[in-house]
Amino acid sequence: MSVAATTAREVTTSSVATGKSRDRSVGSLAFLGALWFSLFFGVMVLVVLILDTAITGAPRFDGALITDYSSRVRPESTGFRAGILGSLWLMLFTALFAVPLGIAAALYLEEFSDGNRWWNRFIELNLQNLAAVPAIVYGLLAVAVMAFMGFQRTGIVLGGAIALALLILPVIIITTREAVRAVPQEIRQGSLALGATVWQTTWRQTLPSAVPGIATGTILGLSRAIGEAAPLIIVGLATGVRFDPEGLLSEITALPMQIFSLTSQSQEDFQTAASAAIVVLLVMILGLNALAIFIRNKFQRSW
Amino acid sequence: MKRTSFRRGIVPGVAVLALALSACGGSDAGSDEGGSSSDVSGSVAVDGSSTVFPMSDAASELLSEENPDVKVTVGESGTGGGFEKFCAGETDISDASRPIEEDEIALCEENGIEYTELQVATDALTMVVHPDLEVDCLTTEQIVTLWGPDSEGKVTNWNQVDPSFPDQEISLFGPGSDSGTFDYMANDVIGAESETTRTDYEASEDDNVLVQGVAGTEGGTGYFGYTYFEENADSLKALSIDDGNGCVEPSAETAQAGEYTPLARPLFIYVNNAKYNDNEATKAYVDFYIENLAEIAEIGQFIPLSDELYSETQSGLEGISAS
Repeated sequence: MSVAATTAREVTTSSVATGKSRDRSVGSLAFLGALWFSLFFGVMVLVVLILDTAITGAPRFDGALITDYSSRVRPESTGFRAGILGSLWLMLFTALFAVPLGIAAALYLEEFSDGNRWWNRFIELNLQNLAAVPAIVYGLLAVAVMAFMGFQRTGIVLGGAIALALLILPVIIITTREAVRAVPQEIRQGSLALGATVWQTTWRQTLPSAVPGIATGTILGLSRAIGEAAPLIIVGLATGVRFDPEGLLSEITALPMQIFSLTSQSQEDFQTAASAAIVVLLVMILGLNALAIFIRNKFQRSW
Repeated sequence: MKRTSFRRGIVPGVAVLALALSACGGSDAGSDEGGSSSDVSGSVAVDGSSTVFPMSDAASELLSEENPDVKVTVGESGTGGGFEKFCAGETDISDASRPIEEDEIALCEENGIEYTELQVATDALTMVVHPDLEVDCLTTEQIVTLWGPDSEGKVTNWNQVDPSFPDQEISLFGPGSDSGTFDYMANDVIGAESETTRTDYEASEDDNVLVQGVAGTEGGTGYFGYTYFEENADSLKALSIDDGNGCVEPSAETAQAGEYTPLARPLFIYVNNAKYNDNEATKAYVDFYIENLAEIAEIGQFIPLSDELYSETQSGLEGISAS
């Protein structure tokens, strides 16, 4: 066992309460240094990547980037309107599909099901595995679902939304279960003692109390979904689209797909535009995450 | 009380989202410049080769400037993937960087899809090497030696390709086996029965990765589209190709004239005859595409058709409505 590890153990046992140590031996300093380096490395890689992308894309931070359709004729003013709108529509319908299903499934598992039955344990096991399935597999699943429903063309809002909804469903179920579980038993018992049924207790007490956790989990799930390109490629979303989505059956493209397509083009203007679009995508994701933090802080309550 | 405060928070949130969506949709009228004489509307589905994608995408863009009511979607699932959808009747037009193959023809026949092949441009493959490598010209046989499946693991030094070449290890870079460029190299240039090249090379679908690989590795060599070489001409050296008539440099002129063999290849679109005749949007798109072919090929950075080939394409187009 190395000196650093031994020292670290001593330090942890002696100063767990404060997290600070007055031990200034070489070993402990080296270990502290290693920890700082790990932190620094992780954060720096991210910062450098984002900065590099932002600097490459800087010449293209203009209105046309958002309001115009993609352009081959004028690569210097190509835009991502179709992709941005497509991604927003996908998010809207993904949320509409996944949130009610996910919350209902989680409520069933947490409040109504008998955890000792084999099928319930089987469902739980499956859920945990589903959360680890590669995104591309959900694309194949969505194509199968669309074929089953009789759709010939799958590169539409519905197809993409099904793929992304399937993708984030396990995440929503798992976070909702955590949030519901965090509601103290006393709340339920109090409600039941006053004569409410299980259904009334769940709907009027448990669920409203769990909303911050559910909203946070859902939004984090959506912010993962918005950056996915692989399942959408499998579903068959086109890249070259020059009209706005009009409905559930409208053909669309998505921002990550347009970025993916442009980065393999040789013209420098397209590379620049792709970098700028990555920043737009990052802003969209950070915006969603900020919304999640805001909701959590605003509605969080402690018992 | 809990619930009211929650609702108060959610409603403005939804309103903001709705506003954002409608604001994005609001400027729609701006892109329509009016004055479009054509009143054709409808949707067209194009998919296929990512090589031809820039051309079909450019055609869609130019057409949308004249007539935004024709809604064209252009995908890039590869020549093979494109034909799969095309022969299932899912798409109206398929982009292809090689002619349709036997099994694909059979699939189309099975589903009763009649189609017409139209050549839209010429693409030239370019063999490139690291600029410091003292190799300037390869014969077709030497390309086979360099890239053929029989050389796998054996030909690793340039002096094995030709004794006069320098003693330098070979680093190979090429497109992955999904790409039409790979198919073209394997089937048409090497022509091995196994329909593959050697597989011990750095593969990437991203031509930029190939350019960087070759430019950064001494003894590096690779192949990709001529336009990619043009963009990176200062960091790479293109090899001339000797197909029995002396060394021919890759250029627009030699490719178009058919001298730069076997590394110049035709690019096609395949049009579903029934869709062309029944769907006025498909007809409008294809007619526009062929009418402005030279401009579109230039935007797509391909070599435009010679007059002779262009008139062949035009008569092919006329043949669709006759059928």
